[in-house]
Amino acid sequence: MAEYNFLVVEDSPTMRQLISFSLKRIRGAKISEAGNGVEALKKLSEIKFNLIVADINMPLMDGLKLLSIVRKDPNHAHIPVIIVSTEGADADKEKGMQLGANAYLSKPIQTSELLETVKELVKIEE
Amino acid sequence: MDKPESTGDLFKKTREFLDIFRKGEEFTQDLLKENERLRFKIIQIEEESKTVNKGEGSPVSKLREALKQLEEEKRTLLDRFREVEAENKDFASKYIEVEEENNNLANLYVASYQLHSTLDFNEVLRILQEIVINLVGSDRFAIMVLDEVTNLLTAVAAEGMDEKRIKKVKVGDGVIGDVARTGESYFEPDVEGFKPANEMDPLVCIPLKIKDRIIGVLAVFSLLEQKSKKLSRVDYELFSMLAGHAATAIFSSKLYSVSERKLSTIQGFIDLLSGKGL
Repeated sequence: MAEYNFLVVEDSPTMRQLISFSLKRIRGAKISEAGNGVEALKKLSEIKFNLIVADINMPLMDGLKLLSIVRKDPNHAHIPVIIVSTEGADADKEKGMQLGANAYLSKPIQTSELLETVKELVKIEE
Repeated sequence: MDKPESTGDLFKKTREFLDIFRKGEEFTQDLLKENERLRFKIIQIEEESKTVNKGEGSPVSKLREALKQLEEEKRTLLDRFREVEAENKDFASKYIEVEEENNNLANLYVASYQLHSTLDFNEVLRILQEIVINLVGSDRFAIMVLDEVTNLLTAVAAEGMDEKRIKKVKVGDGVIGDVARTGESYFEPDVEGFKPANEMDPLVCIPLKIKDRIIGVLAVFSLLEQKSKKLSRVDYELFSMLAGHAATAIFSSKLYSVSERKLSTIQGFIDLLSGKGL
Protein backbone atom coordinates (compact mmCIF):
# COMPACT_ATOMS: atom_id res chain seq x y z
CA MET A 1 0.00 0.00 0.00
CA ALA A 2 1.32 3.43 -0.92
CA GLU A 3 2.15 5.78 1.93
CA TYR A 4 1.63 9.52 1.84
CA ASN A 5 3.16 11.98 4.28
CA PHE A 6 1.10 15.10 4.77
CA LEU A 7 2.10 18.14 6.80
CA VAL A 8 -0.69 20.23 8.33
CA VAL A 9 0.48 23.70 9.38
CA GLU A 10 -2.23 25.49 11.33
CA ASP A 11 -2.18 27.43 14.59
CA SER A 12 -5.79 26.68 15.51
CA PRO A 13 -5.95 23.23 17.20
CA THR A 14 -9.56 22.85 16.04
CA MET A 15 -8.72 23.42 12.40
CA ARG A 16 -5.55 21.38 12.68
CA GLN A 17 -7.49 18.46 14.06
CA LEU A 18 -10.23 18.82 11.46
CA ILE A 19 -7.77 18.93 8.54
CA SER A 20 -5.77 15.99 9.94
CA PHE A 21 -8.96 14.07 10.62
CA SER A 22 -10.08 14.64 7.03
CA LEU A 23 -6.72 13.70 5.53
CA LYS A 24 -6.63 10.47 7.55
CA ARG A 25 -9.49 9.27 5.35
CA ILE A 26 -6.98 8.85 2.51
CA ARG A 27 -5.62 5.32 2.61
CA GLY A 28 -1.95 5.25 3.60
CA ALA A 29 -1.98 8.83 4.86
CA LYS A 30 0.45 9.77 7.63
CA ILE A 31 -0.15 13.15 9.16
CA SER A 32 2.36 15.45 10.84
CA GLU A 33 1.19 18.64 12.48
CA ALA A 34 2.84 22.00 13.07
CA GLY A 35 1.45 25.07 14.83
CA ASN A 36 3.35 27.61 12.73
CA GLY A 37 5.86 28.02 9.91
CA VAL A 38 8.91 27.57 12.12
CA GLU A 39 7.65 24.23 13.45
CA ALA A 40 6.81 23.25 9.88
CA LEU A 41 10.37 23.91 8.68
CA LYS A 42 11.67 21.68 11.49
CA LYS A 43 9.32 18.88 10.39
CA LEU A 44 10.37 19.40 6.77
CA SER A 45 13.99 18.78 7.71
CA GLU A 46 13.02 15.48 9.37
CA ILE A 47 10.43 13.94 7.03
CA LYS A 48 9.94 13.79 3.28
CA PHE A 49 6.43 15.11 2.65
CA ASN A 50 4.11 14.51 -0.27
CA LEU A 51 1.99 17.57 0.43
CA ILE A 52 1.69 20.56 2.76
CA VAL A 53 -1.56 22.17 3.89
CA ALA A 54 -0.76 25.54 5.44
CA ASP A 55 -2.86 28.29 6.99
CA ILE A 56 -1.96 31.85 6.05
CA ASN A 57 -2.46 33.62 9.36
CA MET A 58 -0.16 32.10 11.95
CA PRO A 59 2.14 33.43 14.67
CA LEU A 60 5.98 33.40 14.36
CA MET A 61 5.93 32.55 10.65
CA ASP A 62 2.82 32.76 8.47
CA GLY A 63 1.85 30.41 5.66
CA LEU A 64 2.99 32.75 2.87
CA LYS A 65 6.49 33.11 4.33
CA LEU A 66 6.67 29.34 4.79
CA LEU A 67 5.56 28.87 1.18
CA SER A 68 8.25 31.21 -0.17
CA ILE A 69 10.95 29.41 1.85
CA VAL A 70 9.73 26.00 0.67
CA ARG A 71 9.72 27.10 -2.97
CA LYS A 72 13.27 28.46 -2.72
CA ASP A 73 14.61 25.27 -1.15
CA PRO A 74 15.59 22.78 -3.87
CA ASN A 75 14.90 19.88 -1.48
CA HIS A 76 11.27 20.91 -0.93
CA ALA A 77 10.42 23.08 -3.93
CA HIS A 78 8.56 20.24 -5.65
CA ILE A 79 6.15 19.58 -2.72
CA PRO A 80 2.57 20.61 -3.55
CA VAL A 81 1.26 23.26 -1.15
CA ILE A 82 -2.36 24.05 -0.38
CA ILE A 83 -2.88 27.34 1.38
CA VAL A 84 -5.87 27.90 3.63
CA SER A 85 -7.27 31.16 4.90
CA THR A 86 -10.28 32.61 6.64
CA GLU A 87 -10.08 35.62 4.37
CA GLY A 88 -12.01 35.28 1.17
CA ALA A 89 -10.00 38.12 -0.33
CA ASP A 90 -8.66 37.57 -3.81
CA ALA A 91 -5.47 39.42 -2.85
CA ASP A 92 -4.48 36.62 -0.46
CA LYS A 93 -5.20 33.98 -3.05
CA GLU A 94 -3.27 35.88 -5.71
CA LYS A 95 -0.28 36.37 -3.43
CA GLY A 96 -0.28 32.69 -2.49
CA MET A 97 -0.52 31.56 -6.09
CA GLN A 98 2.26 33.97 -7.11
CA LEU A 99 4.50 32.48 -4.44
CA GLY A 100 3.89 29.05 -5.91
CA ALA A 101 0.93 27.58 -4.04
CA ASN A 102 -0.80 24.77 -5.92
CA ALA A 103 -4.26 25.41 -4.52
CA TYR A 104 -6.14 27.80 -2.28
CA LEU A 105 -8.97 26.88 0.07
CA SER A 106 -10.97 29.33 2.13
CA LYS A 107 -12.49 28.56 5.52
CA PRO A 108 -14.80 27.04 6.51
CA ILE A 109 -13.09 24.15 4.73
CA GLN A 110 -15.29 21.64 2.98
CA THR A 111 -13.77 18.20 3.64
CA SER A 112 -14.79 16.88 0.23
CA GLU A 113 -13.13 19.84 -1.50
CA LEU A 114 -9.96 19.38 0.56
CA LEU A 115 -9.77 15.65 -0.19
CA GLU A 116 -10.41 16.17 -3.89
CA THR A 117 -7.67 18.80 -4.09
CA VAL A 118 -5.18 16.63 -2.18
CA LYS A 119 -5.92 13.56 -4.31
CA GLU A 120 -5.51 15.59 -7.48
CA LEU A 121 -2.21 17.15 -6.42
CA VAL A 122 -0.67 13.94 -5.08
CA LYS A 123 -2.27 11.89 -7.88
CA ILE A 124 -4.04 9.46 -5.60
CA GLU A 125 -6.65 7.25 -7.15
CA GLU A 126 -9.09 5.54 -4.81
CA MET B 1 -24.15 -23.78 -116.39
CA ASP B 2 -24.79 -26.07 -113.39
CA LYS B 3 -24.72 -29.76 -113.90
CA PRO B 4 -28.04 -31.48 -112.94
CA GLU B 5 -27.66 -33.39 -109.71
CA SER B 6 -27.57 -37.13 -109.99
CA THR B 7 -30.04 -39.37 -108.15
CA GLY B 8 -27.22 -40.61 -105.92
CA ASP B 9 -26.40 -37.09 -104.80
CA LEU B 10 -30.01 -36.34 -104.15
CA PHE B 11 -30.38 -39.50 -102.12
CA LYS B 12 -27.28 -38.63 -100.10
CA LYS B 13 -28.58 -35.16 -99.33
CA THR B 14 -31.97 -36.55 -98.31
CA ARG B 15 -30.23 -38.90 -95.86
CA GLU B 16 -28.17 -36.05 -94.44
CA PHE B 17 -31.29 -33.99 -94.01
CA LEU B 18 -33.07 -36.88 -92.34
CA ASP B 19 -30.07 -37.31 -90.00
CA ILE B 20 -30.20 -33.69 -89.04
CA PHE B 21 -33.93 -33.89 -88.54
CA ARG B 22 -33.51 -37.04 -86.34
CA LYS B 23 -30.87 -35.30 -84.27
CA GLY B 24 -33.20 -32.33 -83.89
CA GLU B 25 -35.92 -34.67 -82.79
CA GLU B 26 -33.61 -36.35 -80.26
CA PHE B 27 -32.51 -32.99 -78.97
CA THR B 28 -36.11 -31.85 -78.63
CA GLN B 29 -36.92 -35.09 -76.86
CA ASP B 30 -34.03 -34.50 -74.44
CA LEU B 31 -35.20 -30.97 -73.86
CA LEU B 32 -38.71 -32.13 -73.14
CA LYS B 33 -37.39 -34.75 -70.73
CA GLU B 34 -35.20 -32.15 -68.98
CA ASN B 35 -38.15 -29.80 -68.83
CA GLU B 36 -40.25 -32.53 -67.30
CA ARG B 37 -37.51 -33.33 -64.78
CA LEU B 38 -37.16 -29.68 -63.84
CA ARG B 39 -40.90 -29.23 -63.45
CA PHE B 40 -40.92 -32.22 -61.16
CA LYS B 41 -38.01 -30.74 -59.22
CA ILE B 42 -39.81 -27.40 -58.87
CA ILE B 43 -42.95 -29.13 -57.63
CA GLN B 44 -40.81 -31.11 -55.20
CA ILE B 45 -39.05 -27.97 -53.92
CA GLU B 46 -42.35 -26.13 -53.65
CA GLU B 47 -43.73 -29.01 -51.63
CA GLU B 48 -40.65 -29.06 -49.42
CA SER B 49 -40.83 -25.31 -48.98
CA LYS B 50 -44.49 -25.61 -47.99
CA THR B 51 -43.57 -28.28 -45.47
CA VAL B 52 -40.65 -26.22 -44.14
CA ASN B 53 -42.68 -23.02 -43.72
CA LYS B 54 -45.75 -24.64 -42.38
CA GLY B 55 -46.17 -26.74 -39.30
CA GLU B 56 -45.00 -26.27 -35.69
CA GLY B 57 -41.99 -28.51 -35.88
CA SER B 58 -40.53 -26.96 -39.01
CA PRO B 59 -36.98 -25.49 -38.72
CA VAL B 60 -38.15 -22.02 -39.74
CA SER B 61 -40.87 -21.96 -37.15
CA LYS B 62 -38.30 -23.20 -34.64
CA LEU B 63 -35.96 -20.40 -35.66
CA ARG B 64 -38.80 -17.91 -35.47
CA GLU B 65 -39.64 -19.14 -31.99
CA ALA B 66 -36.00 -18.89 -30.94
CA LEU B 67 -35.81 -15.37 -32.36
CA LYS B 68 -38.93 -14.40 -30.46
CA GLN B 69 -37.46 -15.79 -27.26
CA LEU B 70 -34.19 -13.97 -27.85
CA GLU B 71 -36.05 -10.72 -28.43
CA GLU B 72 -37.97 -11.30 -25.23
CA GLU B 73 -34.70 -11.98 -23.41
CA LYS B 74 -33.17 -8.85 -24.92
CA ARG B 75 -36.15 -6.82 -23.69
CA THR B 76 -35.85 -8.32 -20.20
CA LEU B 77 -32.10 -7.66 -20.14
CA LEU B 78 -32.60 -4.09 -21.28
CA ASP B 79 -35.21 -3.59 -18.56
CA ARG B 80 -32.82 -5.07 -15.99
CA PHE B 81 -30.01 -2.90 -17.33
CA ARG B 82 -32.19 0.17 -16.88
CA GLU B 83 -33.07 -0.97 -13.35
CA VAL B 84 -29.38 -1.53 -12.51
CA GLU B 85 -28.51 1.85 -13.97
CA ALA B 86 -31.16 3.49 -11.82
CA GLU B 87 -29.88 1.55 -8.80
CA ASN B 88 -26.35 2.72 -9.62
CA LYS B 89 -27.48 6.32 -9.74
CA ASP B 90 -29.27 5.80 -6.46
CA PHE B 91 -26.13 4.29 -4.90
CA ALA B 92 -24.02 7.14 -6.26
CA SER B 93 -26.31 9.75 -4.72
CA LYS B 94 -26.45 7.76 -1.47
CA TYR B 95 -22.63 7.58 -1.49
CA ILE B 96 -22.48 11.36 -1.82
CA GLU B 97 -24.99 11.69 1.02
CA VAL B 98 -22.95 9.33 3.22
CA GLU B 99 -19.76 11.22 2.36
CA GLU B 100 -21.45 14.50 3.27
CA GLU B 101 -22.73 12.95 6.49
CA ASN B 102 -19.21 11.70 7.24
CA ASN B 103 -17.80 15.17 6.73
CA ASN B 104 -20.48 16.67 8.95
CA LEU B 105 -19.80 14.09 11.63
CA ALA B 106 -16.09 14.88 11.41
CA ASN B 107 -16.86 18.55 12.00
CA LEU B 108 -19.14 17.73 14.92
CA TYR B 109 -16.64 15.28 16.40
CA VAL B 110 -13.77 17.77 16.19
CA ALA B 111 -15.91 20.55 17.64
CA SER B 112 -17.13 18.53 20.62
CA TYR B 113 -13.68 16.96 21.16
CA GLN B 114 -12.04 20.37 21.28
CA LEU B 115 -14.75 21.87 23.51
CA HIS B 116 -14.27 19.17 26.13
CA SER B 117 -10.47 19.08 25.86
CA THR B 118 -9.95 21.65 28.60
CA LEU B 119 -11.37 22.85 31.90
CA ASP B 120 -9.98 26.33 31.54
CA PHE B 121 -12.82 28.83 31.08
CA ASN B 122 -10.85 31.17 28.78
CA GLU B 123 -9.57 28.23 26.77
CA VAL B 124 -13.16 26.98 26.32
CA LEU B 125 -14.17 30.42 25.07
CA ARG B 126 -11.21 30.50 22.67
CA ILE B 127 -12.10 27.06 21.29
CA LEU B 128 -15.74 28.07 20.93
CA GLN B 129 -14.61 31.15 18.99
CA GLU B 130 -12.40 28.98 16.76
CA ILE B 131 -15.31 26.66 16.04
CA VAL B 132 -17.64 29.49 15.09
CA ILE B 133 -14.98 31.14 12.90
CA ASN B 134 -13.58 28.02 11.25
CA LEU B 135 -16.42 25.54 11.16
CA VAL B 136 -19.49 27.78 10.94
CA GLY B 137 -17.69 30.57 9.07
CA SER B 138 -18.73 33.69 10.96
CA ASP B 139 -16.66 36.85 11.26
CA ARG B 140 -18.91 38.71 13.75
CA PHE B 141 -20.38 37.02 16.76
CA ALA B 142 -20.56 37.22 20.53
CA ILE B 143 -20.71 34.67 23.34
CA MET B 144 -22.88 36.01 26.15
CA VAL B 145 -23.21 34.50 29.59
CA LEU B 146 -26.29 34.88 31.76
CA ASP B 147 -26.06 36.30 35.25
CA GLU B 148 -28.93 34.53 37.02
CA VAL B 149 -29.07 37.14 39.77
CA THR B 150 -29.43 40.23 37.57
CA ASN B 151 -31.01 38.38 34.63
CA LEU B 152 -28.56 40.11 32.31
CA LEU B 153 -26.60 38.60 29.45
CA THR B 154 -22.99 39.83 29.31
CA ALA B 155 -20.55 39.28 26.44
CA VAL B 156 -17.55 37.26 27.58
CA ALA B 157 -15.98 36.75 24.16
CA ALA B 158 -16.53 38.19 20.70
CA GLU B 159 -15.12 38.20 17.20
CA GLY B 160 -15.26 41.19 14.87
CA MET B 161 -16.52 43.41 17.68
CA ASP B 162 -15.21 44.65 21.02
CA GLU B 163 -16.86 42.53 23.72
CA LYS B 164 -16.45 45.34 26.27
CA ARG B 165 -18.55 47.63 24.12
CA ILE B 166 -21.35 45.11 23.63
CA LYS B 167 -24.34 46.22 25.67
CA LYS B 168 -25.72 43.92 28.31
CA VAL B 169 -29.03 42.38 27.29
CA LYS B 170 -31.89 41.81 29.68
CA VAL B 171 -33.62 38.42 29.42
CA GLY B 172 -36.72 38.93 27.28
CA ASP B 173 -35.39 42.01 25.48
CA GLY B 174 -35.06 41.81 21.71
CA VAL B 175 -34.14 38.67 19.78
CA ILE B 176 -31.19 37.80 22.02
CA GLY B 177 -33.15 38.32 25.23
CA ASP B 178 -36.03 36.34 23.83
CA VAL B 179 -33.78 33.38 22.99
CA ALA B 180 -32.44 33.45 26.56
CA ARG B 181 -36.03 33.55 27.88
CA THR B 182 -37.58 30.84 25.71
CA GLY B 183 -34.54 28.63 25.13
CA GLU B 184 -35.50 28.41 21.46
CA SER B 185 -32.89 29.00 18.76
CA TYR B 186 -33.42 31.90 16.38
CA PHE B 187 -32.49 31.72 12.70
CA GLU B 188 -33.09 34.72 10.47
CA PRO B 189 -35.38 33.40 7.73
CA ASP B 190 -33.83 35.54 4.99
CA VAL B 191 -30.10 35.07 5.51
CA GLU B 192 -29.20 36.48 2.10
CA GLY B 193 -31.24 39.66 2.37
CA PHE B 194 -30.56 40.18 6.09
CA LYS B 195 -30.32 43.85 7.02
CA PRO B 196 -30.12 44.36 10.78
CA ALA B 197 -32.12 47.26 12.20
CA ASN B 198 -29.50 47.69 14.93
CA GLU B 199 -26.09 46.32 15.85
CA MET B 200 -27.53 43.75 18.25
CA ASP B 201 -29.89 42.12 15.74
CA PRO B 202 -28.45 38.65 15.18
CA LEU B 203 -28.55 36.47 12.11
CA VAL B 204 -28.53 33.42 14.34
CA CYS B 205 -28.90 33.21 18.08
CA ILE B 206 -28.71 29.93 19.95
CA PRO B 207 -29.24 29.36 23.64
CA LEU B 208 -26.40 27.71 25.54
CA LYS B 209 -28.30 25.35 27.78
CA ILE B 210 -27.79 22.35 29.99
CA LYS B 211 -31.05 20.43 29.92
CA ASP B 212 -33.53 23.28 30.53
CA ARG B 213 -31.13 25.58 32.30
CA ILE B 214 -29.96 28.44 30.09
CA ILE B 215 -26.48 29.68 30.91
CA GLY B 216 -26.02 32.08 27.99
CA VAL B 217 -26.36 32.60 24.25
CA LEU B 218 -24.25 32.57 21.13
CA ALA B 219 -25.25 35.42 18.84
CA VAL B 220 -23.98 35.38 15.25
CA PHE B 221 -24.24 38.73 13.49
CA SER B 222 -22.68 37.98 10.10
CA LEU B 223 -21.14 35.19 8.02
CA LEU B 224 -17.92 35.12 6.04
CA GLU B 225 -18.27 36.36 2.47
CA GLN B 226 -17.31 32.98 0.99
CA LYS B 227 -20.19 31.30 2.87
CA SER B 228 -22.39 32.87 0.14
CA LYS B 229 -24.64 34.04 2.97
CA LYS B 230 -26.15 30.62 3.30
CA LEU B 231 -26.50 28.24 6.18
CA SER B 232 -26.02 24.59 5.34
CA ARG B 233 -27.36 21.51 7.09
CA VAL B 234 -24.10 21.01 8.97
CA ASP B 235 -24.32 24.61 10.25
CA TYR B 236 -27.69 23.86 11.86
CA GLU B 237 -26.27 20.63 13.29
CA LEU B 238 -23.22 22.49 14.57
CA PHE B 239 -25.43 25.12 16.19
CA SER B 240 -27.58 22.45 17.75
CA MET B 241 -24.46 20.63 19.02
CA LEU B 242 -22.96 23.87 20.30
CA ALA B 243 -26.13 24.70 22.22
CA GLY B 244 -25.52 21.70 24.45
CA HIS B 245 -21.78 21.01 24.33
CA ALA B 246 -20.59 24.61 24.57
CA ALA B 247 -22.92 25.15 27.51
CA THR B 248 -21.59 22.08 29.30
CA ALA B 249 -17.98 23.05 28.56
CA ILE B 250 -18.50 26.64 29.75
CA PHE B 251 -20.42 25.52 32.82
CA SER B 252 -17.97 22.78 33.85
CA SER B 253 -14.93 25.03 33.31
CA LYS B 254 -16.57 27.72 35.48
CA LEU B 255 -17.38 25.14 38.14
CA TYR B 256 -13.84 23.81 37.96
CA SER B 257 -12.28 27.23 38.45
CA VAL B 258 -14.67 27.94 41.36
CA SER B 259 -13.88 24.58 42.96
CA GLU B 260 -10.16 25.16 42.39
CA ARG B 261 -10.45 28.51 44.17
CA LYS B 262 -12.42 26.94 47.01
CA LEU B 263 -9.95 24.08 47.25
CA SER B 264 -7.01 26.43 47.56
CA THR B 265 -8.91 28.45 50.22
CA ILE B 266 -9.70 25.25 52.17
CA GLN B 267 -6.12 24.09 51.74
CA GLY B 268 -5.02 27.46 53.10
CA PHE B 269 -7.26 27.01 56.15
CA ILE B 270 -6.03 23.46 56.71
CA ASP B 271 -2.42 24.63 56.43
CA LEU B 272 -3.18 27.45 58.85
CA LEU B 273 -4.90 25.14 61.35
CA SER B 274 -2.20 22.50 61.14
CA GLY B 275 0.47 25.11 61.63
CA LYS B 276 2.03 24.59 58.19
CA GLY B 277 1.32 28.13 57.17
CA LEU B 278 3.17 29.56 60.12
